[in-house]
Amino acid sequence: MSEKFTKSMARNIFYGGSAFFFLFFIALTVDTTAKLPERDHRENITEQVVLGKKVWEVNNCIGCHTLLGEGAYFAPELGNVYKRFGNSKEAIIGFIKSRPVDGIPGRRSMPQFNLSDEELDGIAEFLKWTSEINTANWPPNIEG
Amino acid sequence: MQYQSQAVAKPYFIAAIGLFVGQIVFGAILGLQYVMGDFLFPEIPFNVARMVHTNLLIVWLLFGFMGAAYYMVPEETETELYSPKLALILFWVFLAAGVLTIIGYLAVPYATLAQITGNDLLPTMGREFLEQPTITKIGIVIVALGMLFNISMTVLKGRKTAIIMVLLLGLWGLAIFFLFSFYNPENLVLDKIFWWWVVHLWVEGVWELILGSILAFVLIKMTGVDREIIEKWLYVIIAMALISGIIGTGHHYFWIGTPEYWQWWGSIFSAIEPIPFFMMVIFAFNMVNKRKRDHPNKAAMLWAMGTPVMAFLGAGVWGFMHTLAPVNYYTHGTQITAAHGHMAFYGAYVMIVLAIISYAMPLLRGRAAGNSKKAQIVEMWSFWLMTVSMVFITLFLTGAGILQVWLQRINENPMGFMEVQDKIAIFYWMREVAGVIFLIGLIVYVTSFFIGGDEEEASS
Repeated sequence: MSEKFTKSMARNIFYGGSAFFFLFFIALTVDTTAKLPERDHRENITEQVVLGKKVWEVNNCIGCHTLLGEGAYFAPELGNVYKRFGNSKEAIIGFIKSRPVDGIPGRRSMPQFNLSDEELDGIAEFLKWTSEINTANWPPNIEG
Repeated sequence: MQYQSQAVAKPYFIAAIGLFVGQIVFGAILGLQYVMGDFLFPEIPFNVARMVHTNLLIVWLLFGFMGAAYYMVPEETETELYSPKLALILFWVFLAAGVLTIIGYLAVPYATLAQITGNDLLPTMGREFLEQPTITKIGIVIVALGMLFNISMTVLKGRKTAIIMVLLLGLWGLAIFFLFSFYNPENLVLDKIFWWWVVHLWVEGVWELILGSILAFVLIKMTGVDREIIEKWLYVIIAMALISGIIGTGHHYFWIGTPEYWQWWGSIFSAIEPIPFFMMVIFAFNMVNKRKRDHPNKAAMLWAMGTPVMAFLGAGVWGFMHTLAPVNYYTHGTQITAAHGHMAFYGAYVMIVLAIISYAMPLLRGRAAGNSKKAQIVEMWSFWLMTVSMVFITLFLTGAGILQVWLQRINENPMGFMEVQDKIAIFYWMREVAGVIFLIGLIVYVTSFFIGGDEEEASS
């Protein structure tokens, strides 16, 4: 690099540029959080949805599945599973309940988590609420 | 080794390598579970093995960063570490917290672990990469603050070089952004937005400062090029990294419920993200061409040259490949992401930690400048085995990803997820073979530490 471009100029670009763009990032984040309520429909976050998110977390569902495309890529996307299962909570509950304890020979299988009826209803409500988030039309189709 | 207190880096580096081996063993298990779905089921289900794989990676890289900091800070500041004793205490605290957490993952169901560690009091568990029990997270914060206190006090009483200021800023940033892992709102969208403040602002933000400063340190030591030149490059590179990377967070805000304008911000700024990595390649090769000495530690040189190249490929090229919103719409959350993740982490962070270990370890073991020729040759074999097999892991996952996107998302009659997984199994088999070769490379790497012979003398 040229002699005229000194170390202190480079340092100033680093500190100035980083500070500027971090502040800009905060501004965008503030704007985003202000716009979120109309996209995430938080008025629909019921007690069941809150319980469902907790069930989702303490069973580490993200360790196999993606949710809105984030997570592990070992098992299907669940952001739109409510719609894929024909807008049916019962179908989701039935699937989770029926997982065999010892798995399926030679194939991937979801573990049997022995969830209570309340927890099952919670997770289904949570996935229903998630499917209603405005995700800019993602995923491209129902298969997720 | 010029300062006695640099010796505290040694246990950190040893622990890093030990946990690295664990990480790769679990990686091989995961790869097999992709094609033999019932392997180790239900004893070690995929989600548990993955958690062990990713958490071990994070923990051993942190061990590596901390070891690097304890090694570099006395030499750069030209003064002994403020408290070597504190550094050793924190080492054992961090190792105990790390090992107990991994045992917890493997010994009891995750829900039980959440219950016995009091997750209800402050729920932070069950989010990707942040699966650690809340008490482990608190332990990480304590260890990080203790280390920051220790090295900040050292820097205050010593010489303040650009390399050390950048390292310090990177480590402070690491600790500060980790605090967002304690924020877990009931609203999933908000949760995801601030989850990225840990994950993205770590790996595409402050960790790049740590990477840059370690690389600059190793290059100064090995090439003897003037500090003014190297530090100028360092500032330019990290300036580009943060200017692009901070708003580049937007490439994670395309489809998680956030406003559409992020598709523009995220695409434009993350398109700039490969530039700092490209500059890093130019920088490293330029410095080597201008070298004023031929350092006898050829293995360390190889790691230091390999880091920017593989980081550019993994983070730069493979990142750019799927970062533009119209492309990401189809590739988001597929094996393409996995391909990018593997090569980017290996190229940028695994290799820089192995570079500083390769440079510092012979000195920490009281050798003149480098290991014996024999030991170095074995280490260089491990470099090529691991690096080439990682290239193949990435290529096979990319192949799997392209097919997955086609069959599941673009095709007129899209297939279901599990059906597609069966169709692309051949790629997973090839990935597993490459993974086993990586593991062999790692074993070769570990072996290189036990090879004696006449050590290389320091050159003037």
